[in-house]
Amino acid sequence: MQKSASRKERIAEYKELIARLTPKSKVGQGCLRAFWVGGVICVLGQTLIDFGMSAWHLTQAQAGTLASIVLVFLTAALTGVGVFDRIAKYAGAGTVVPITGFANAMVSPAMEFRPEGFVLGTGAKLFTIAGPVLVYGISASVLVGLAYYFISL
Amino acid sequence: MGAALWMYVKVFAVGGLLCVLGELLVLKTKLTPARILVAYITAGAFLSAVGIYSPLAAFAGAGATVPLTGFGHALAQGAMHAVQENGVLGAFTGGITATAGGITAAVFFGFIAAVLFRPKPKT
Repeated sequence: MQKSASRKERIAEYKELIARLTPKSKVGQGCLRAFWVGGVICVLGQTLIDFGMSAWHLTQAQAGTLASIVLVFLTAALTGVGVFDRIAKYAGAGTVVPITGFANAMVSPAMEFRPEGFVLGTGAKLFTIAGPVLVYGISASVLVGLAYYFISL
Repeated sequence: MGAALWMYVKVFAVGGLLCVLGELLVLKTKLTPARILVAYITAGAFLSAVGIYSPLAAFAGAGATVPLTGFGHALAQGAMHAVQENGVLGAFTGGITATAGGITAAVFFGFIAAVLFRPKPKT
């Protein structure tokens, strides 16, 4: 009896310790994972840019486009075979924030809603998340362009 | 060689930190990934317009351009350059022109992948 009480106490203490430490370490762990996976994706992008500029003699802007296209392609393929979701689950924002997150947000719902047809399933759902991103991105670019025009008049 | 390696360190650090910021936003504010993406692209366009993002992109290369803020930066730079060349019409053509490759790739490869593959059962 004595032994089981102290065991219960120890369990309670342990649970308290877990409760105290978990939220903090969850943030720390999430940030660490997002940092290194996001960093690696960007390094992969830089490798593609450097390759495009040295091997194919592209300009900086062209090489950047090449890097975007390759990263988007890899994301679409990895999302299709189900590998990307596992990486994303581990890395959190590490895969969302780079352009990989944009590509994945297009493929995932399009794949999922395929049974609703090629037009209103696949075609429409490609833009579930990409739509808002493009709406705000494009609108911002128009505002920036207009502001630049009027300032430089 | 040393300079190239240092560049990759900067790419890794800045790209990683932009992702950490996103992770903190997810954990602390419960923003969904869709809102994070919208916030990043809008913030990138704004920071680009006020002249903050170009120095960051020069410093960190893909560490600044691969995150979605870099997408916003490319949109804004495209719009401003097109305005320089074509006047006010450029505000409407420059953004998409500069980002056409990435957008088209996302639509095309996204479509192909969605047609070819079935979703995996969630475990």
